[in-house]
Amino acid sequence: MEIYAALKVIWALLLGFLLTGLAVMVGMDMGVGTLLRFVGSNDAERRAALNMIGPHWDGNQVWFILGGGAIFAAFPTLYATSFSTFYIVMIVLLFSMILRPVAFEYRSKIEATRWRETWDWAFLISGAVPMIIYGAAVGNVLQGVGFHFSWDGQYYQDESFIWYLLNPFALLCGVLSLSLSVFEGGAMLMMRGEEPLYGRARGFAIGGGSLAALLFVIGGIWVQFIKGFAYFGPVDPAAPATPLGGPAVVMREGAWMDNFHAHPILWLVPAIGLFGMIAGPLALAARRPILGWWLGALAWIGTIGTVGGAMFPFLMPSTTKSSQSLSVWNASGSAYNLAWMLAFALVFTPVIVAYTSWAFHLMRGKVRPQPTPGDEHLY
Amino acid sequence: MINPTVVELSRLQFALTALYHFLFVPLTLGLSVLLAAMETVYVITGKPLYKEMTQFWGRLFGINFAIGVATGLTMEFEFGTNWSMYSHFVGDVFGTPLAIEGLMAFFMESTFVGLMFFGWERLSKPAHLAVTYLVALGSNLSALWILIANGFMQDPVGARFDPNTMRMEFTNFGALVFNDDAQAKFVHTTIAGFVTAAMFVMGVSAFYLLRRQHRGFAARSFRIAALFGLISSLAVVTLGDALGRLDYLLQRPKLAAIEGLWHTTTPPYAPEKIFAIPDDETQRDIVSIGVPYVLTPLVTHSWTTSIPGIDALERAAKPKIVKGIAAVTALEAYAKTKSPAALAAFRKYENDMGYGLLAERFAPEEDLNKIAKRDLPSIVNRTARATIPNVFVEFWSFRLMVALGFAFIVVFAFAAYWSLKNELEKHPWVLKVAMWSIPLPVLVCEYGWIVAEAGRQPWSVYGWLPTFTSASTHSVGYMVFSLLGFVTLYSAFIAAELYLMFKYARLGPGYRGTAAEAVAPPPAHGQPGYADRPWE
Ligand code: HDD
Ligand code: HEM
Ligand code: HEM
Repeated sequence: MEIYAALKVIWALLLGFLLTGLAVMVGMDMGVGTLLRFVGSNDAERRAALNMIGPHWDGNQVWFILGGGAIFAAFPTLYATSFSTFYIVMIVLLFSMILRPVAFEYRSKIEATRWRETWDWAFLISGAVPMIIYGAAVGNVLQGVGFHFSWDGQYYQDESFIWYLLNPFALLCGVLSLSLSVFEGGAMLMMRGEEPLYGRARGFAIGGGSLAALLFVIGGIWVQFIKGFAYFGPVDPAAPATPLGGPAVVMREGAWMDNFHAHPILWLVPAIGLFGMIAGPLALAARRPILGWWLGALAWIGTIGTVGGAMFPFLMPSTTKSSQSLSVWNASGSAYNLAWMLAFALVFTPVIVAYTSWAFHLMRGKVRPQPTPGDEHLY
Repeated sequence: MINPTVVELSRLQFALTALYHFLFVPLTLGLSVLLAAMETVYVITGKPLYKEMTQFWGRLFGINFAIGVATGLTMEFEFGTNWSMYSHFVGDVFGTPLAIEGLMAFFMESTFVGLMFFGWERLSKPAHLAVTYLVALGSNLSALWILIANGFMQDPVGARFDPNTMRMEFTNFGALVFNDDAQAKFVHTTIAGFVTAAMFVMGVSAFYLLRRQHRGFAARSFRIAALFGLISSLAVVTLGDALGRLDYLLQRPKLAAIEGLWHTTTPPYAPEKIFAIPDDETQRDIVSIGVPYVLTPLVTHSWTTSIPGIDALERAAKPKIVKGIAAVTALEAYAKTKSPAALAAFRKYENDMGYGLLAERFAPEEDLNKIAKRDLPSIVNRTARATIPNVFVEFWSFRLMVALGFAFIVVFAFAAYWSLKNELEKHPWVLKVAMWSIPLPVLVCEYGWIVAEAGRQPWSVYGWLPTFTSASTHSVGYMVFSLLGFVTLYSAFIAAELYLMFKYARLGPGYRGTAAEAVAPPPAHGQPGYADRPWE
């Protein structure tokens, strides 16, 4: 394989890694945010719940920021086109996301019920809305999006945004992603919380994981009947990256299963995901939150891996001009850029994993609700 | 076809969100370094006063930091949501520093900021100090990488346009990173952050000194801030001169606009205008007062070099526009036919391609192929006129930045002098000026960015991609929706931030936890929470 093609594949895998990191880490915090009002019956309990992720949420959120930065650099045309075609959805995502940092830092700063209630709602919105959008965006991409390019590389949108907001398959994916985040958030609350928080979190988490398993199976069956995309004829993976004048692409039902038929070993990926979704709730039922959390991570790996495996090499297919569908081959950065970025990623990823683990290790242990918060508890 | 209203609204939204982000960034940059300095003293001397200092200013840091993070999130995605052509055109180069910023700086800053707030009980003193250092390092590294990205927009080096992919392709990592503009900007911007933080700490301390509260604490914080501020404000002016010189070397229209140079003047007479009301419509000053013989040596560092005025710059742009039109039409032909002849025609004028794109908005239906021969001169004239940024905005933003910059030196000098002589309380006017100056450095930073970014217009990538061409093809409705949302949310944020800043600044050092305030009566002597600390 040519070096350029290999770099493109490596960056597609790294993109998958980033999106999984985002889903696991940010998803966990958003799950806690979503559950906050339901697991904490009074202010002290809610503060305890927030302080369980208090030292880590900002670091976790960088997965999201880095996701944006890495798509920008590694797949510039995808960054430009996806965020613009999904404009309204992206803006709603941003509006809800930016509530979160402020909510964390400001909620505890004023001792008034209305103030804190307001921020508790902000946590609910900034937890549930982004996770639904995250899943729904993937659901939309699987069905293809209406856009085309003019000769100079500018995109034009051929569909109204209402379609992206309200279509049943996308909503299913959105709820799936929300359920998984509730599962991971609940597992976290069990790890670091005590009764009665522990018991309530356990209930929600088991529910979230089980619902996810159900939706994952339904989604898997549904995908057989939606129109997938496939290249028609030979493609040159090492060609200069441009969506203009690409090879023909066909749309047909079941095309997303092609990769699975060609490489049956790929079935392992959804199997792993489903295993995580079934074994995870069982582990929580057995009061093993750490094991449950890791199984939840496995569920995410399986889910995102399944989508990636089905779509590869497509990233964002176009329904209105399918030959301009964005793929790993035609939306990536230059070989020079991908190589430099790879060097940085290889150096910094282990460092980041090391200090993040250290931070979690340092702050481990149970967080108790305190009637008069001391200095240690900021949130 | 691009809708001009959408472009204007996209610019407005970007300007609002970026200016808003930068209300909070300078304080983060500077205060993180000051916190590290205070904690260093604590670890070395072991005096609890310095721990109290680190924690108190750290609390205010946190209130500011939250909104910096929230508004930064918007920035990271706004290139994609609103500047699709821009992102496609330079993403291969411009995205890279952004991604590296995440890997190298944001992860570090954000992970350790959690430990900085939560880790006092769990970390040894040196380990906590190391954590604070990493927060300071992380935030300043993030500034470095984002300014490298911005440097590329100001002076696009290290990349080359490729007609096959229709974008600029990354060719030289070193050139991108060691771009002069990026390096000068980095130093100027971080030091501007130090000035901002020094003024903040000094001003809040002055407030306590005026009210004779927390005197020991305030006097020491004041002194640290005054000295730090004096050095920083001297440095920021020096670096500002370096930036001005780079504009002279790289972006002459920006420099001409900053100085209000409508006409080329013979060296070394060129006057430095102190006061003027430039009128962009008629390209002359309504009023103008200047000091002759100052500008030439100031800008060119020589007595004999002439500085081109706006008239000369427009004249020089015209041939480039004609070539640029040829380049873009050839490029379009090449894109559609892949004919080698079209490619050769493009190659001939490729370096002026940007000027062709700039002319698009004046062409019939924004299509250069539709320009009739007899209309060409008028289109070239209008395009040449468009290469000049808004003189009024540049002229005044720059003057306000410089005037206030010099004023800061004076304020810090007096403050440092009386603080070192321990006679601050005899000079309440120094304290009052310090207190009222708290918002000024932030304002100056905003002026600086207006100079830098509005002065780059009409380009988003200087000389290569016009702002007009960069925007996403949204509908006006989309833009109104997002703009209204941002204005609403951001207004709520700033109200909450100011309220909390005032509240916690008034509560002062030594204040512990919120529940104590609500449940218990005001703490008595000797109780935690009472301001009467042993060192006061
Ligand atoms: C406390 C803040 C502060 C102070 C006192 C000054 N500046 Fe500044 N200036 C900034 C804060 C700033 C900034 C916000 O940080 C900018 C925006 C872009 C940048 O690189 O720094 C800036 C930009 C900026 C630019 C535009 C750079 C470009 O075109 O890209 C110039 C020419 C100067 N400055 C020059 C000066 C001079 C000659 C000063 C002399 C007093 C000065 N600045 C004081
Ligand atoms: C001169 C320009 C800028 C500087 C010096 C700067 C610096 C900083 C700093 C120091 C922070 C830390 C948090 C805080 O602000 O309190 C921050 C946050 C952030 N900035 Fe900016 N920024 C600049 C412009 C931008 C732009 C244009 C973007 C978009 C790419 C951006 C993206 C972000 C993001 C995503 C965060 C949140 C990071 C986190 O979670 O810690 N910034 N920025
Ligand atoms: C945080 C400090 C910054 C401020 C206050 C700021 C301010 C502005 C303003 C006022 C505009 C609108 C100019 C106009 O349309 O007349 C603008 C445009 C823009 N700036 Fe900045 N800017 C900042 C930093 C940056 C950085 C660091 C980058 C790149 C990394 C950047 C990229 C852009 C882009 C892409 C546009 C839109 C296209 C254009 O107008 O050229 N900005 N900015």
